[in-house]
Amino acid sequence: MNGGGENITVGGRSLWQSAGERLRRNKAATFSLWLLILFVVLVVAGPWLAQHDYTQTNLSLGSTAPSLAGGHWFGTDALGRDVLARTLAGGRISLLVGLVATLVSLLIGVFWGAVAGYCGGRVDALMMRFVDLLYAMPFMFFVILLMVVFGRNILLIFAAIGAMNWLDMARIVRGQTISLRHREFILAATLMGAGTLTIIARHVIPNLLGVVVVYVTLTIPQVMLVESFLSYLGLGVQEPLTSTGALVNQGALEMETAPWLLVFPALFLAGTLFCFNFIGDGLRDALDPKSDEDGR
Amino acid sequence: MNIAAESKRTRDSNSLLQVEHLKKYFPVRAGLLRRVVSQVRAVDGISLQIAAGKTVGLVGESGCGKSTLGRAILQLQKPTAGKVFLAGQEITGMSHAELKEYRRDMQIIFQDPYASLSPRRTVAQIIREPLDVHRIGSPSERRRRVSELLEVVGLRPQILNRYPHEFSGGQRQRIGIARALAPQPKFIVADEPVSALDVSVQSQVLNLIAELKRDLGIAFLFISHDLAVIQHVSDTVAVMYLGRLVEEASAEDIYRFPKHPYTEALLSAIPVPDPKRKSSRIILGGDVPSPTHPPSGCPFHPRCPAAMGICSDVPPPRTDQGGPGRPHYVSCHLYNGIES
Repeated sequence: MNGGGENITVGGRSLWQSAGERLRRNKAATFSLWLLILFVVLVVAGPWLAQHDYTQTNLSLGSTAPSLAGGHWFGTDALGRDVLARTLAGGRISLLVGLVATLVSLLIGVFWGAVAGYCGGRVDALMMRFVDLLYAMPFMFFVILLMVVFGRNILLIFAAIGAMNWLDMARIVRGQTISLRHREFILAATLMGAGTLTIIARHVIPNLLGVVVVYVTLTIPQVMLVESFLSYLGLGVQEPLTSTGALVNQGALEMETAPWLLVFPALFLAGTLFCFNFIGDGLRDALDPKSDEDGR
Repeated sequence: MNIAAESKRTRDSNSLLQVEHLKKYFPVRAGLLRRVVSQVRAVDGISLQIAAGKTVGLVGESGCGKSTLGRAILQLQKPTAGKVFLAGQEITGMSHAELKEYRRDMQIIFQDPYASLSPRRTVAQIIREPLDVHRIGSPSERRRRVSELLEVVGLRPQILNRYPHEFSGGQRQRIGIARALAPQPKFIVADEPVSALDVSVQSQVLNLIAELKRDLGIAFLFISHDLAVIQHVSDTVAVMYLGRLVEEASAEDIYRFPKHPYTEALLSAIPVPDPKRKSSRIILGGDVPSPTHPPSGCPFHPRCPAAMGICSDVPPPRTDQGGPGRPHYVSCHLYNGIES
């Protein structure tokens, strides 16, 4: 997640390299990073790993408890589908939603915020009032409307969540840009005759990436939660496809008779969210130049 | 553009830089409708000339508009009124694209070496940026030029791939100077280039600037609040007070024969390392008045030890009090009507 970390040069140590080193010294963040990588590998390799297809029903094996001998390590649901396979499939969708929606919000938000902040004046006012306008729109109403008009579709969820999330990103980036705009190295670039877009791309964006990276690691879990919430309401992905949120929803209904239906997806969800939050916290400390002084 | 308009925008002059009645006002807005309620007159009608290869030292108290004047000359801040000519060509009122061509010829060295270098770029990237922007030379030529420039400013070429935060203030200032030199400018504004540095490092950087001036023939506008520093580097000294020039003469004449009471007060504040010499320091009362509401008449009259009745009513004209061939401009009623 530490985008741009591979800024390898001979001799010099970039701020990214120092930050990477500080991050490695943070045990919680490092552990979270490895755990997350493990999750991602499991989720991607899921179809080959699990012995069962996540759509395959087997009514004779409905609601069996987890057992190593039976081949269903996490047990089965009421329709006899393998919970392990379904957790991995759901995890894949959840992580995908988290990543794609965050990427969308990253691209739009950084561009929008940097241009508004750098240009200032009327351009800034206009662009930010548009953001305010979108903020005022009730999100749930927007999603329900989309679902009603276009039908339930995984792409729509990406679009809907991304469309709402870039607003925060734009505000954060704008604030950072305004504080950068009058720094002297930006003036120096202006004096060289560099164009507005060159300055934004070369000087503004690289200097606010630290804040952006931290915000991204905190946005991914937030987006995953929103997706879970949508799925919980029945607005998310469509059966037989599933997501972590949908699985938790179904598990909660049968919590008393078949607790394994709730426990495994919930553990996966909580684990991923913890990882992202720890990494985000670790990055924030690592990228903060002040943490250099207190000898961490 | 027709010929008449073209000729209006050029000047025949042997000076490299010519500033005519330059003004920079900042509007003060207040209220719900953000109406302009008053103006901060940071630069209030300044005329100045800098010949090729010469250094003009600009001295004045904090907040008197020195930096604003430098930035208005470079078109980093759009002047409110007045004209600036660079090598005879008017650069005020040019569009961004038109200006780009002239940007090569004028550069700036900033006061704060920590804020003036982007922390995310390597030394090589910082110094070659002007070359990249203006597409000067091939990539290998640019690389060679960067190494050359490092040598000129006295840094080892091994540091090319390091980052600004790995250097001391003096070294960073040298990197900033190398960047300013990269496009081979004719004119550089040095905006308090040493005031953020330790005294021991100050002299090194000042010597470097003096060398550059001698070897490369670059003209400088050297801004400082430190008269001792100004004396060291300048050919001509201009004293600024509240957005206006009060006195302008050769460095030698300013220090030996100051005319304006303000200049006298400034000079008396330079510490002299001689315990036997009795200091006769002129203490100015009060603060610099607000440039939002400058005093009527001469802007210096509320603090001037020699103020007369006329001073509070009539702004003093600029008169030449120097001998033949050595102009010494003063704006003060004490010298009004006296021909030198």
